Amino acid sequence: MSPDARPVLNVSKLVKRFGGFHALDGLSFHVAPGEILGLVGPNGSGKTTAINVISGLYAPDGGEVSFDGGSIGGLASHKLVHGGINRTFQVPKPFLSLTVRQNIQVALAYGRARSAPPSMAELLDEYRLREVAERPAADLNSAQQKMLDLTRALATRPRLLLLDELAAGLNPAELDWIAGRIKALAATGMAIIVVEHLMGFIEQITDRVIVLNAGKEIFEGKLAAAVRQREVIEVFLGGEHAA
Amino acid sequence: MPDALKHTVFVLAPLVVLFAVAPGVYQNHLLLFNFVIFLILAQGVNIIYGFTGYLPFGYVGFFGAGAYGFAVMVMHLQTPAIVAVLAGGLVGVLLGLLLTPLLRLSGAYFAIANLAASLAVLHLIANPALEGITKGPYGVSLTGTFNPTDAYYAALAVLALTVGGVVYLKNSAFGLALQAVREDAVSASMAGVNVVKMRMIAWLASALVAGLAGGIYAWYVSVFYPDNVFSGEFSIFAIVFALFGGVATIAGPILGVLILYGIYNLIGFTTPQYFQLIYGLLIMGLVLFLPAGLVSLATRRGWHVP
Repeated sequence: MSPDARPVLNVSKLVKRFGGFHALDGLSFHVAPGEILGLVGPNGSGKTTAINVISGLYAPDGGEVSFDGGSIGGLASHKLVHGGINRTFQVPKPFLSLTVRQNIQVALAYGRARSAPPSMAELLDEYRLREVAERPAADLNSAQQKMLDLTRALATRPRLLLLDELAAGLNPAELDWIAGRIKALAATGMAIIVVEHLMGFIEQITDRVIVLNAGKEIFEGKLAAAVRQREVIEVFLGGEHAA
Repeated sequence: MPDALKHTVFVLAPLVVLFAVAPGVYQNHLLLFNFVIFLILAQGVNIIYGFTGYLPFGYVGFFGAGAYGFAVMVMHLQTPAIVAVLAGGLVGVLLGLLLTPLLRLSGAYFAIANLAASLAVLHLIANPALEGITKGPYGVSLTGTFNPTDAYYAALAVLALTVGGVVYLKNSAFGLALQAVREDAVSASMAGVNVVKMRMIAWLASALVAGLAGGIYAWYVSVFYPDNVFSGEFSIFAIVFALFGGVATIAGPILGVLILYGIYNLIGFTTPQYFQLIYGLLIMGLVLFLPAGLVSLATRRGWHVP
């Protein structure tokens, strides 16, 4: 990543409330094309909520999300997809009764990729789904469903990709492999935000991390520096470890 | 041969030809007409339930509204029957538009709200205060347009149109996107599908089909009461036939109508007690062992069913 690249996504003072609970409480960060940004933080710190707001599942209650310089807060998901944002889900959400090939076909047909979308064959081969292409998605194991979720997103050729715990539940060999794939995607200029609990994985692939606590960023920078921060240690491990 | 053409040549065409020649060799034309009407309604249910997952318990609302759309056009504007049938379809679509907020509901909530809506339409039309327009509860008599032969072929045309629509859904990216919405609306939007718009199109298409069928039914029978054309049996039969054969396929609802409505007519009138017994057992067996319908006997074995 070139440090002076203009950010493709800018999140500023984002607020999202559920009743009286502030899931996001003034969160700000940005991500540049080709950059892999990690979002880390304890459970309930707002990582997934942030992704849900950016991908249009929830409308923000305050603050601003801008993509390519235009405000996108509150736009419908399919419009954001057409604009170049896509995501995977923590629990993969494939179209269970459709075959793997049909799952991808829907996204290829309706994603309105701005540049030529990847080919079906390419996606099936690169994400190890060739063997199961004609099977219903319900037959896949959880790692394969995650890959299907990812290929569904990639078929729309996003410029900003949000990965919500893609690595959880993968074995070490699969982790290495998917880390390589994510880096290769970033190398094509795609901005990628990774939400993950596996710190080794975060360390391996991200350029920069944002540490969240209670819906706000408390640290921004390299993961190695984050783990030396008193406040970060406090929210992860509890006050007595921070001494 | 592309699949869409195959489905047209081997499913749609034989079905339409069968019912086009049947009146020449079989005397009970009313029965044939009812078969065609139920084929249309079962495919209409297939469009909305099979492809989008909304179970329309009040599907008869569109049918009855179509029948009264026909009646009003003929009684008050003296239009030709064909124009009145088209008006029946339009009334179905308008009612569909009015009911689009129901699509915010899902599952049983949608089914019940839709049932309630159809009853509301029935009682609106059957209201004595509207006697000047709909003849209220006293029924309509449309002897001027009575022409069962033309009405039968009009029904056949609507059947061809409806099955053609399902062939399209089965073979197009549009139909695939509808099924994606049915499976997971959030993921579908992340595939770039405009979920609200897709649901609405399927909903209005199935309303159109039922409205046209209702208009043609009014044309065929020419004398009817609100309770006849809003009878819950239309909804229930159409749903059971579609489910029995297997939804989200072209052949499933057709098989369902031919088999179940066939059995109904074979034993339903002479020995109704056996009919109810057999029907009950069939439906129980189906729900327990073949929840995806008859066609799943084949698809389970990996055979392709159109």
